[in-house]
Amino acid sequence: MPRINTPAELEELRKDIISKRDPKKPCITLCSGSACHASGSKEVAAALEEEIKKQGLGSTVDIRKTGCHGFCERGPIIVIRPDEICYFQIKPEDVPEIISQTIKEKKVVERLLYTDPETKEKIIRESEIPFYKNQGRIVFGANISVDPKSIDDYLALGGYSALSKALTQMTAEGVLQEVKKANLRGRGGGGFPAGTKWEGSRNAPGDIKYVIVNADEGDPGAYMDRSLLEGNPHAVLEGLTIGAYAVGSHEGYIYVRQEYPLAVENVNMAIKKAEEHGLLGKNILGSGFDFVVKVHRGAGAFVCGESTALMTALEGRAGEPRPKYIRSNIVGLWGRPSVLNNVETWANVPLIINNGADWFTRYGTDGSKGTKIFSLVGKITNTGLVEVPMGTPLRDIIFNIGGGIPGGKKFKAVQTGGPSGGCLPEHLLDLPVGFDELTRAGSMMGSGGMIVMDEDTCMVDVARYFLEFLTDESCGKCVPCREGMRQMLKILTNITKGKGKEGDIGLLEQLSETAIEAALCALGKSSPNPFLSTLKYFRDEYEAHVREKRCPALSCKELIAFYIDPAKCNACTTCAKKCPSEAIMGGKNLIHIIDQAKCTKCGTCFEVCPPKFRAVTKISGVPVPPPVPEEARTIVRPQKTGSPGKE
Amino acid sequence: MSEIVFNMDGKEIKAAEGMTLLEAARAAGISIPTLCWHEKLEPFGACRLCIVEVESRGSTRLVVSCVYPAEKNIIVRTRSEKIDRIRKMILELQMAHAPDAFVFQDLAKEYGADRNRFEKEPSFCIHCGLCVRYCAEVKKKNAIGFVDRGIRKEISFIPEIAAKECWNCKECFPLCPTEALQAAYVLVEALAFPAGSLEAASEG
Repeated sequence: MPRINTPAELEELRKDIISKRDPKKPCITLCSGSACHASGSKEVAAALEEEIKKQGLGSTVDIRKTGCHGFCERGPIIVIRPDEICYFQIKPEDVPEIISQTIKEKKVVERLLYTDPETKEKIIRESEIPFYKNQGRIVFGANISVDPKSIDDYLALGGYSALSKALTQMTAEGVLQEVKKANLRGRGGGGFPAGTKWEGSRNAPGDIKYVIVNADEGDPGAYMDRSLLEGNPHAVLEGLTIGAYAVGSHEGYIYVRQEYPLAVENVNMAIKKAEEHGLLGKNILGSGFDFVVKVHRGAGAFVCGESTALMTALEGRAGEPRPKYIRSNIVGLWGRPSVLNNVETWANVPLIINNGADWFTRYGTDGSKGTKIFSLVGKITNTGLVEVPMGTPLRDIIFNIGGGIPGGKKFKAVQTGGPSGGCLPEHLLDLPVGFDELTRAGSMMGSGGMIVMDEDTCMVDVARYFLEFLTDESCGKCVPCREGMRQMLKILTNITKGKGKEGDIGLLEQLSETAIEAALCALGKSSPNPFLSTLKYFRDEYEAHVREKRCPALSCKELIAFYIDPAKCNACTTCAKKCPSEAIMGGKNLIHIIDQAKCTKCGTCFEVCPPKFRAVTKISGVPVPPPVPEEARTIVRPQKTGSPGKE
Repeated sequence: MSEIVFNMDGKEIKAAEGMTLLEAARAAGISIPTLCWHEKLEPFGACRLCIVEVESRGSTRLVVSCVYPAEKNIIVRTRSEKIDRIRKMILELQMAHAPDAFVFQDLAKEYGADRNRFEKEPSFCIHCGLCVRYCAEVKKKNAIGFVDRGIRKEISFIPEIAAKECWNCKECFPLCPTEALQAAYVLVEALAFPAGSLEAASEG
């Protein structure tokens, strides 16, 4: 590939790529993101290639292995363009039918289509499925049509036109002002205005400045940045290069966690391709601007997502936050001004430059502009990645896009903002998502984790779980975080085990104050959030655990007992057969009894008891009723005339 | 060098450019408690005991004085109900590990800290990092370092370096605020029982 030297050459190349593509030619796009990869998209890809060859269709159909489409619940996903026919949960054995029916005969394979759970209608087109229809995918949308390993795919969609515009039609100051005007706030957690951060670095003294991509996404259940970097790495590179130009930086780093091998592979390939095309390196597009990017793999520490810890790790030292009260955009990596933004923030930059700040600010609320990608997980029907305009109510995300709670269960809370975020209850479902809105409600935007919880979730146990995660991930440098969390975790664990004491809640509140006010970094300062937000909205659950030794959600093992309701037991013997600890006494026509001394509370009996009986129940806070005396256990069944009756 | 004038506990304080609040306070005879600070070492900002209140342009926040630079016209308060409450908690958290350490006795009295507030886990080390940093910054030997992270974090001598450097130095021992002998113990353990040999012996 000859190097592109001018914006005109870039446009020529783009025209050339597009002219060689026949928009009518069928193209099978196969989601090859991490989630679909895990559910078997690699095997599906092999089957597709083989079948196309077998049916002699080699040159008449294209296959494009794209990044994550977002609807991970239903992967692997295939979308056949230009008709946009969308098939879900594809197995290799479905492939011959897809090729012979849809590609050859232009017929739809009904059984692989999405069925609307409410109307029971089959939906053919991707964009008409409620999960996609109700989103606004300005950043994530390109993922479905780009092969991350092909720079041509990105160029065909207008890729690098923003960089070209910035370098040749705008001054660095102009780029900065546009991003400032767009009020692009950091998507990584803090929500700090990116333009202000860039300006600080731009105005800081010194010739050497750095721009850094934070791809150390570590929140449990969150994979927005992973999917963007894996699926559309050029968008991140383009944004980073534009940022570098605005700041006056000539060297960039991508700090990506070790656990994201596909992201590392794809971004490295993207850098290589961009260098070959002259879109990175010396004198980019003849503008005189030089910029290089290096990839650094993180060694697996959550705290390295914190800006100063990340820079310390990048310098080759143990990833601990710096105690200094100096912003890293002034004194950062190797003591130089350094702009750090996360993957999603950088990916927004080309859109702002191409479409203008006025276009960008049409989306969102007063304080939060643009869109946000959330990873919607937990007790939710449609697990996946969703992008919505800021200001969208939580209810729309969870119910219209997410399809609500599965299994007929009731919604209880949604945890936003990652481990240091908070849990919001049902009465806040109409809260519009935005940085300030979520913070005011006691949670936070964080990087966009959204974990939905149903009525079976114990909120005290949720707080304990997140505290355990944070305790494990604390760097251990400062006392309020290391020692404070050690004690908070102990107390919370005791409460969930029925060993809570009067005064525990007050002590947890005091430990929280110490962490918030005195911890060294953001991880420590926000570490009490899981406790504080659950206490704020679910104090009754804490009090029930401490005072009545009762878990209202019937979830904490030490506080519940399994009990067979003698009036409902039909002696079907299923539970007794499945009990792994042989704790259930029973037999033919005998009411079954759980031996509480032998019961390990694994819950198997509860799960296997047929729904028509529902005899096994969970009880908490009250003593287990004494077993029915042996002589009264025989079930007397009413004789039905004309039926042989049950044995 | 220009002089910075600010207010601390109602007194007018003068500090040189680049001085921290703690240094300025000490120079003016105002006492602020510390556990991880040492005049020969870079500020570490780990124990957080030296926390103070800074009022600047109408807003007030808590900062640690060993790191926060002196600024002109700020108002600093080294004691307040909130500061005392946080210091008390920090002391109580630390005393779970070294309840009898001399360094805590007067401070506990001053702030009303209860050595029995938290369940005791006497590990003696309070992670002040004085030994680690002294060895790295002053002696430039790096014979002792931190290993692991979070609540599993420990100090440990590196046997290959310690065997050569430590017997004739031992300057870190008296720096230990909780128990000088503790450092000696950790050193002997590292040299006599290289990594893993103790566990292997106890399992065998």
